[in-house]
Amino acid sequence: MVSEPIIKTTGLNAYFGSLQVLKDIHVAVARNEILGVIGPANSGKTTFLRALNRLNYLVRTYSQTGEILLDGRDLTEIRDNILRKRIGIIFALPQVLPVTIFENVAYGPKVHGNTNREQVDWIVEEALKKAYLWEEVKDRLDQPAVRLSGGQQQRLCIARTLAVGPEVILYDEPCSGLDPISTAKVEDAMQQLKVDYTQILVTNNTKQASRVSERCAFFLMGELVEIGPTEQLFTKPRDKRTDDYITGRFG
Amino acid sequence: MNGAMIRQRVAFFVLGLLTLAIVVPILLVIIYIVLNGASAISWEFLTAAPRQGMKAGGIFPAIIGTILLVVGTMLFSLPLGVLSAVYLVEYAHDNLFTRMIKLSVVNLSGIPSIVYGLFGFTMFVILLHFGTSILAGSLTLAIMSLPVIITASKEALESVPNTYREISLSLGATRWQTVRYCVLPYAIPGILTGTVLSLSRAAGETAPILFTVAAFYLPRLPHSMFDQVMALPYHLYVISTQVPNIPLELSFATALVLVGLVFLMNLVSIFLRAHYRKKRLW
Repeated sequence: MVSEPIIKTTGLNAYFGSLQVLKDIHVAVARNEILGVIGPANSGKTTFLRALNRLNYLVRTYSQTGEILLDGRDLTEIRDNILRKRIGIIFALPQVLPVTIFENVAYGPKVHGNTNREQVDWIVEEALKKAYLWEEVKDRLDQPAVRLSGGQQQRLCIARTLAVGPEVILYDEPCSGLDPISTAKVEDAMQQLKVDYTQILVTNNTKQASRVSERCAFFLMGELVEIGPTEQLFTKPRDKRTDDYITGRFG
Repeated sequence: MNGAMIRQRVAFFVLGLLTLAIVVPILLVIIYIVLNGASAISWEFLTAAPRQGMKAGGIFPAIIGTILLVVGTMLFSLPLGVLSAVYLVEYAHDNLFTRMIKLSVVNLSGIPSIVYGLFGFTMFVILLHFGTSILAGSLTLAIMSLPVIITASKEALESVPNTYREISLSLGATRWQTVRYCVLPYAIPGILTGTVLSLSRAAGETAPILFTVAAFYLPRLPHSMFDQVMALPYHLYVISTQVPNIPLELSFATALVLVGLVFLMNLVSIFLRAHYRKKRLW
C-alpha cells in the first residue's frame, strides 16, 4: 500500500457481554478502495463494520479493546457525531424515515447545521444524482419515502448518507433484500462513488464481493482469516478455510 | 353449520354483549346528567357569578377557576413528565437509580388523591408560603398527574422504532437531535393521549384542591396566581351537600358543564393527534 491507510485497526477485540465476537483484527483500508468483507453468519463482519463508526456502542453490553485509527487519529479522540459524519453506513434493510424523499436526504445537512434552503436543495440533488436515483424521483421529492420500491429506498439511503459528506461509506449487506436489477443499480452506484469515497462492503453474497471489491477480507468465527486482492482471494486463496467458503463447501 | 362454527358465533355474541356493558353506564350517566341539568343551562348560568347564596346566578368563576387550574397543572406536569420520560427512555441506563425512579412513578399513581391534597397543603400552602392559591393547587394537581403522563410518554417513546434512532445517529446526529427530530414527533400522539387523560382527571378532582386552592364562595375572578378560585368539582360538592335548599337541577347543570369541559379538552387532543399523525408519512 503506497499511501497512508484511511482506516487502520490494530489488535481489535470486540465483546457483547462476555462473548467475544472479534479476535485480534488487524486491517488497513486504503483511501478510495472498495474493501469487500465476506464470511458466514456470526463471523463478526457486521460487528467489525459497526466498530468503525462506533455504532456497536448503542448496545450497552458492548466493549472493545485494541485500536482503530481514522487518518491516524484514534476513534476515541473523535466525538461520535463528528465520526459518524465522516464514516457513513448503509444498513442491510433499506431503512427510511417516515418523511418525504426530500426530507430524508436533507436530514443530515439539517442536523449538521445547514439551514440555507438553496444549499440544501443543491446538496439533496447532488446526493440523489450520485446515488443514481435523481431521474426516478426528481418530480416527486415531496412524496413519502416509504412509497419507493425497496431498491429505490436503498439508493435513497445511500443518497442520505452522501448528503452528510462522508469520507468513508460502510455497507452492511446492502442488497440482501433486493432483486437482481436493484442490486445491479446499487453496485453501479458504488462503482461511481469510488472516485470520491472509501467504501467497505460487508456481504453474504460472495459473487457480489468478487464483482465489486478490489480487495477482500474473509472473516470466520470472529477471526480475520485472510485479506488480499479480490482476484487472488477468489482464485488462489492462501487459507484452506477461505477456499472451502468461496467454493461453497460450508457457510 | 358445524359445532366449531356455532361456538364461534356464540362466543362473538357474548363478547360483544360484554363490551356493550361498558358503554351502557357511561351513556346512562351522560343521559341522566343532560336530562336533569340541561334545563338550568343558560347564558347567564355560564357567564354570571353566583348570587343569593349560590341559589341563583351562574357558575362563571368556577368555570374560569377550573380552566386556570387545568392550564396551571399542564404547565407544571407536561414538561416535567415528558422530559422525565425522555430521560428514562432515551438516556438512562438500567441501574438501581433508574429502577428507583420507575418504582416511584408506579407508586405515585397508587396514592389516594386526598393524600396529595394533604401533601400539597403542608408543602406548598404552608412550608413554601404560597397560601391557598392557584399556584399551590396547580402544583398539587400536577404531582398527582405526573405518573400517568410519565407512563404514557414512556410507552409512546418506546413504541417509536429503534431504527429511526439508528438512522439518525448513524448520520452524525447527536443524541438530543435524534430525540428532537426522529423520536419525539412520532411519540406526540401517545403523549397527548396520556396528558389529556390525566388532565381530565385533574379537572374533576376535589380532594387535592380542597385545602390548596378551592374557595367556598368567591364571586370575583382571581387577580394573580396567589389568589384562591372557585372550581367546578368543589362547587358541585358544596351546592350538593353543604348549602341547603339549592335546586337539584343546578347541581346537574354544574356537572354537565364539567363533563362538557373535559369533553372539549378531549376534542382538542383528537384534532392535535390527527394533525401529528399526518406528519408521519407511511
